[in-house]
Amino acid sequence: MENQYAIEMLNITKKFPGIIANDNITLQLRKGEIHALLGENGAGKSTLMSVLFGLYQPEEGEIHKDGRKVEIKDPNDANALGIGMVHQHFKLVECFSVLDNIILGVEPNNHGFLQKQDARKKVMELSEKYGLAVDPDALIEDITVGMQQRTEILKMLYRDNDILIFDEPTAVLTPQEIDELMQIIKNLAAEGKSILFISHKLNEIMAVADRCTVLRKGKYIGTVETANTTMEELSSMMVGRNVSFHVEKGPSNPGDVILSVEDLTVASKVHKNNAVKNASLKVRAGEIVCIAGIDGNGQTEFVHALTGLDPVVSGKIILSGRDITHAPIRQRSIMGMSHIPEDRHKHGLVLDYSLEDNLVLQRYFEPEFTDKAGFLRRNNIRSYAEKLIDQYDVRSGQGPVTIARSMSGGNQQKAIVAREIDKNPELLVAVQPTRGLDVGAIEYIHKQLVAQRDAGKAVLLVSLELDEVMDVPDRILVMYEGEIVGELDPKATTQEELGLYMAGAKRDEVKA
Amino acid sequence: MVLLIQYTLLFASVLLLVALGGCFSEHSGVINLGLEGIMVMGALGGALMMRYLPDGTPAALMVLLVILTSIIAGMLYSCLLAISAIHCNADQTIVGTAMNILGTAAATVIVKAINTAANPDDVSSTIQYVSAKKAFLVNIGSFEFNWFMLVAVIALVLSYITLYKTKFGLRLMACGEHPQAADSVGINVFKMRWAGVLISGLLGGLGGIVYITCGVSEWKFEYGVAGFGFLSLAVMIFGQWKPTKIALAALLFGFFRALSNVYFGFAFLKNLNIPSGIYNMLPYIISLVVLAFTSKKSRAPKAEGIPYDKSLR
Amino acid sequence: MKKNLLKNDGVQSLIASLVCIVLGLFIGYIVLLFINPTGAGNAIVTIVKNFMTYNRPQAQLKYMGNTLVKMAPLLLCSLSILFSYKVGLFNIGAAGQYCAGVALALYTALGLGWSWLPCMVFAMLAGALLGCISGVLKSYRNVNEVISGIMLNWITLYLTNMLLTKVKEETSPYTLVLNTTNPNAVLPSLGLGKLFNNNQYVGLAIPLAIIIAIVVLIVLEKTRFGYELRATGYNKNAAKYCGMAEKRNIILSLGISGALAGLGAAMLYLTGYEQWQCSTSSVPGMGFNGIAAAFLGGLNPIGSIFSSFFIQHITAGGAYVDKSMYCSQISDLISAIIIYLCSFVLFFKTVMNRGIAKSEEKKARLEKQAALSANTEKGGDN
Repeated sequence: MENQYAIEMLNITKKFPGIIANDNITLQLRKGEIHALLGENGAGKSTLMSVLFGLYQPEEGEIHKDGRKVEIKDPNDANALGIGMVHQHFKLVECFSVLDNIILGVEPNNHGFLQKQDARKKVMELSEKYGLAVDPDALIEDITVGMQQRTEILKMLYRDNDILIFDEPTAVLTPQEIDELMQIIKNLAAEGKSILFISHKLNEIMAVADRCTVLRKGKYIGTVETANTTMEELSSMMVGRNVSFHVEKGPSNPGDVILSVEDLTVASKVHKNNAVKNASLKVRAGEIVCIAGIDGNGQTEFVHALTGLDPVVSGKIILSGRDITHAPIRQRSIMGMSHIPEDRHKHGLVLDYSLEDNLVLQRYFEPEFTDKAGFLRRNNIRSYAEKLIDQYDVRSGQGPVTIARSMSGGNQQKAIVAREIDKNPELLVAVQPTRGLDVGAIEYIHKQLVAQRDAGKAVLLVSLELDEVMDVPDRILVMYEGEIVGELDPKATTQEELGLYMAGAKRDEVKA
Repeated sequence: MVLLIQYTLLFASVLLLVALGGCFSEHSGVINLGLEGIMVMGALGGALMMRYLPDGTPAALMVLLVILTSIIAGMLYSCLLAISAIHCNADQTIVGTAMNILGTAAATVIVKAINTAANPDDVSSTIQYVSAKKAFLVNIGSFEFNWFMLVAVIALVLSYITLYKTKFGLRLMACGEHPQAADSVGINVFKMRWAGVLISGLLGGLGGIVYITCGVSEWKFEYGVAGFGFLSLAVMIFGQWKPTKIALAALLFGFFRALSNVYFGFAFLKNLNIPSGIYNMLPYIISLVVLAFTSKKSRAPKAEGIPYDKSLR
Repeated sequence: MKKNLLKNDGVQSLIASLVCIVLGLFIGYIVLLFINPTGAGNAIVTIVKNFMTYNRPQAQLKYMGNTLVKMAPLLLCSLSILFSYKVGLFNIGAAGQYCAGVALALYTALGLGWSWLPCMVFAMLAGALLGCISGVLKSYRNVNEVISGIMLNWITLYLTNMLLTKVKEETSPYTLVLNTTNPNAVLPSLGLGKLFNNNQYVGLAIPLAIIIAIVVLIVLEKTRFGYELRATGYNKNAAKYCGMAEKRNIILSLGISGALAGLGAAMLYLTGYEQWQCSTSSVPGMGFNGIAAAFLGGLNPIGSIFSSFFIQHITAGGAYVDKSMYCSQISDLISAIIIYLCSFVLFFKTVMNRGIAKSEEKKARLEKQAALSANTEKGGDN
């Protein structure tokens, strides 16, 4: 009798120092099915897939392929078993061509010399068969994210893999590209490939998957047929309780214009074109304005220009009536701009500094913390840090002297939020403030943003998460290819309409 | 004039060889600041071979053996970098610097020990190879052709083919650009980096022996190689990590270095009455200026200098 | 309690440094064995003993004074390396900055006849200028400070030779003798020379160097400036994000580094202990030894005081080995090995921490098991 499962991961346990990432997890993938793996950030999905791909060795449990026990020690073993993976962050060499990336590791060669003609032929055939249009000679750094993803899929097909893993494949795509991807995945399954689809987006899972396995905090919760379940049921399996995704807030009371950006143009660091083109917007006191858009449409560059991290090409930035277009970062901060940065490890924290030193990062030079001779007032720093830790419930091992690196992501983010809000800013710029956090921390941070609004501050939120975009702000501005292409009222719009703007399929003339 | 061309080509050969060495190491993801030390070790190996080979050795055998010992010495020494930078996440800047200091100190100690053992009154750190050196030279008219020039050209061609036409080159460069990507398709990043560092040891060692035979017939090992390893790094940056461009950069730098050796042969330069110190400084000044204008937009391999940590993939 | 002590970063640095020293000396011993097995043991003991080789206490004192005289510039060079390293920069140009310090100190003293204080200040300025050049190239032109430092080292060496040729003795390649040419430029002895059996070279430099080490410590740890520098060194993106003037800090820290190295040169050459040889063809090793001292001292200014003494101690000790068998450069070899080993310090610490964590985990598990079994026993009683 033939085994019905392509891959079985039985009772997998994987521990890291201080944490059990996978606790006795079982996952069975049938041949030719699309199987979703659902869970929040930190639920253990990536770890489980890394185990399957041979990147980690589990402490307990076994992996079976076609009913036989197998050992997967490294990606080579996984590859030999026909397992391929599209990673969330693409594993592509940017200065190589599409073709070079596809053949890397399995290069057709004659005594070590590359023979690319055969490879090119095979790639073109595959590309036609599955509808994966790519230009084999284009450099990765020059092509769109969607095309990069297709390159990753071709990489798996080129290796004749029949078990395909997709790790959060839609995070970087436009709604239209997502539709295309779904179709591709269905085609692949129809051709007999078995597919594992990792996601935390319920509608995608409902749309494409046959079955779904749910993980929560490293534990196995259950496997269900998507045909026999609902989004609500999946959601409660994922988070363990019925959470209100809705943010409680009253109507807004917009006051004076705090931030006014006029025709801002910012150069790109990756290509020759401008990343932001003639973008204009206004943020008033007492409202939350959200810049929505697919990742990589100029939001990062816009924020960097706004906060002074990068120079502008042209245009004007006015904060509380004063032109700050070319003002240094420190001056913007003193004038009342706070910035919760996109990447808390890169910009937000000095990870090797103590928590208290991080909490005064924006204020250490003030007379309260530095005396006239230039010496730090250590006692004041300590008491200020203790106050913030208490007030914002920042949890850490040793209080103010904890090294920031040793804190959890949620508490690191809380520390940043505390620091930026306690500065009492006129304008709070929050960029993806809830990225990678668990539900509790997300709720907390949303509440803080609303509290700032209610205290009469201007809040500019930049977000990639549709739920956040729909729930938190009072106004939505959509950015597409560096331009503001639409202004929407979150109460009056739908996710579908938002999606059309984000994909560039619909646009209005927006006057700031 | 012929002399100027001859020296330009010689010094360019040195710079080309060593810069190509740096290029392989950096393409694999390891910054090799220890090239200077590797050159010293390669030079030492070759010089000792020349000293100990009997006078009657056939020229071809002499050339072959000297090159071989230099290569082996350079590769062995480069293991110091490989072990610490690839396996122990050491700071590559410190390791490189340590290797440079260590190279000169070790070479001095070894040569002095050898000299003192041979003659208790001889405490110098000099090795002479007057007659052995002749094996490398072929006179073409007044132009003194050196086999090392050919070696450098061969190294250039081989490097180009290896990097761009072979499976190995593709994998090597993937490790320097995106080691996680290379790892995910089953390439052993550690092995490739070892290969990169060893090749840089090979070429660096070769460059060392060429350098100490440029126009001189003895070498005082206390001097090391006078910053030539670093000049080669400047050549590599100027050449944007590409073999063909490196070759052109090496010719330019070689020219200025040659000038300090032969400027007195030119009447108009001699009449300018510029102190020799200025000519000595010239290659270093030029490289500073060149770096100042090219470093800003230079595109180094993305992952260079970052130890590859498997747990971050 | 013992466990906590091992976890302490300072203690770990100390252990790591001691391991480096022992390994360095051991490898040096092996090299000596290779060269000539009969005298190797004696030679390594001689190197470690340095001035203790002398039998008479007076002689010991006098030569200890000499070691201290050369330790002062070494300490300054190691502070120079350390200071820029805190900002994430590797100031290999310290050697050239030291060289520039020599040039200006000696030229102002011998050629212009100034007294010691302005000579010292000019030496500092010369070093600072060179450091600033590297800093400007780094911050505005993205030139790697190691490569620019090396280039500047060689340029400075040739410039120094050219400048000091103007104040050299006619019959030798050496500069004029300081004590006879311009006694005003000799650093004051402060009566310290008497303590070291009338060693005329011992004086102001030594206490001053130690005071500067302490000042560097205070600046780095207690002031706003140090807070900024360390933040820049740990994470320059975060430093930029919170509005620290990143470019200014890079230039300033390399400038201060340069000043420290230049001052170090003045501290040695203004004692008259050494004369500059105007045909010098390699950059003085003091700056490079500073690297060894800085890392061996665990990148801590106070640690640098001890490590500079140690490095100078074995360097001076190298001069006493039996020249019929060995050469004095064996000490340079040992310091080079120590620098190489120092690059493993971080790795060593990680391994150590991992070991500690493992043993703690094991202990915790055992305790848990013990508690569990105790519980079940209790349950049985009921």
